[in-house]
Amino acid sequence: MSESGAVAKTSLYEEHLAAGGRMVEFAGFELPVQYTSLTDEHYAVRTRAGLFDVSHMGEIVIRGPGALEFVQLVSCNDHQKMTIGRAQYTGIMYPEGTFVDDTLVHKMADDEYLLVVNAANRHKDFTYLTELAADLDDVDVIDLSDDYAQLALQGPLAEEILQQLTPEDLSELKYYRFIEGSVAGTAAIIARTGYTGEDGFELYLAPSDAPRLWRAILDRGQSHDVLPAGLGARDTLRFEAGMSLYGNDIDNTTTPLEAGLGWIVKFKKGDYIGRDVLELQKEEGVERKLIGFEMQDRGIARHGYPVLLTEDDAEPASYVTSGTQSPTLGKALGMAYLPIEATEVGTEFFVQIRNRNASARVIELPFYSRKKN
Amino acid sequence: MSIPDELKYGRSHEWVKTVGDSVVVGITHYAQDQLGEVVYVELPEVGNTFGVGDELGTLESVKAVSEFLAPIAGDVLEVNERLEDEPNLVNDDPYGDGWLVKLSGSAEGEDLLDAAGYQEFLDQESA
Repeated sequence: MSESGAVAKTSLYEEHLAAGGRMVEFAGFELPVQYTSLTDEHYAVRTRAGLFDVSHMGEIVIRGPGALEFVQLVSCNDHQKMTIGRAQYTGIMYPEGTFVDDTLVHKMADDEYLLVVNAANRHKDFTYLTELAADLDDVDVIDLSDDYAQLALQGPLAEEILQQLTPEDLSELKYYRFIEGSVAGTAAIIARTGYTGEDGFELYLAPSDAPRLWRAILDRGQSHDVLPAGLGARDTLRFEAGMSLYGNDIDNTTTPLEAGLGWIVKFKKGDYIGRDVLELQKEEGVERKLIGFEMQDRGIARHGYPVLLTEDDAEPASYVTSGTQSPTLGKALGMAYLPIEATEVGTEFFVQIRNRNASARVIELPFYSRKKN
Repeated sequence: MSIPDELKYGRSHEWVKTVGDSVVVGITHYAQDQLGEVVYVELPEVGNTFGVGDELGTLESVKAVSEFLAPIAGDVLEVNERLEDEPNLVNDDPYGDGWLVKLSGSAEGEDLLDAAGYQEFLDQESA
């Protein structure tokens, strides 16, 4: 969001209107929550492919001889062994071991890392990183968010469709790798990453080129019934895949260990911000954990609804972090932090839905994983 | 947007149809379109009494939760139990099989709009 609080439009705004997008404000941008049907868009991604405008996401570059050292300082993951062309998921940490943000780190060069950050956190992240880098003369923090549009083409047919538009051999591009190439004659970073639980690509390019690429992909995808997909489907897709959403499932009060993201917390690296807290937490074990649940009683648990450990509890133990009716599984599912003793699969607890305590049961995360070849 | 002439309309997008000495209530085509595909419907209990504007129940899409209000005062005589398993009827047939509740009482004398009035109301809301 701009400092004045004005709502920004992405370079694809006119395309969204033309496609019948129902526009809402999200993180300071006007974006489509859906076009014609959230569930159709959701199924398109699960079974064919869907195209998202995710230009609201922020892009922050860490550049200079000290870039790796700086990334290592702010991130709980270990980026030492990354080679150019790799992407890695991590958390930017506060000294408390909690999340400033979650981010995808792309190694562009030995002295350059591109961090893709949440739109709502872009300014906060930039300020945080800039202040940390203020005393360092071998690293620059640059906010390039306005220089990049981002499209995400996600779904089992994504490779087949995108391959028609690029000379790069996409079958050689593995998961969490990227190349700087061209798509539809436009220079782009082509990354095999995503936020849907399906195979797919995230494309970073100049905003002025985005509408042409958007139309080209939809044009090529037409015979496969590829649909433009909105924020609503993006949320249900990531939710089913058990991917955390900053502001819902993770935030400045939660640590990656509590969020079930222990795989991004590394200790065989040097000191980093929050390390001592995380190390202690790892040693002693977490007191609470993010779990997945399904409703047993009728009703849909949603973000912010109170969670009770027993039906008669007066005070909520926590609140639902994310919850909806899962389009793929046809069930009301949710996520919440529970005290560690209540996190075993099968444990029953209650969600307060409009003053009624509805029974829920802990189940495995993720709710959905795609079949891999 | 379809707005049948024979119905009356509340300003919170419910429709009302008089059947003998009771009324059937549903939500309008416009309302279901705004809400998106309905995946869950919570209906009141038969026998409960509601005043005008009271919350009768809840409609949920994947994305949103929305209350529907009593356009007239009355007791709940019947609820559309099919919606428990087929909530999508609210989208597919909002003026027919997607009806929500039947209330005792009458639309007579209530502050409701006719079809032309509701159309005008929608035009003003979206202006």
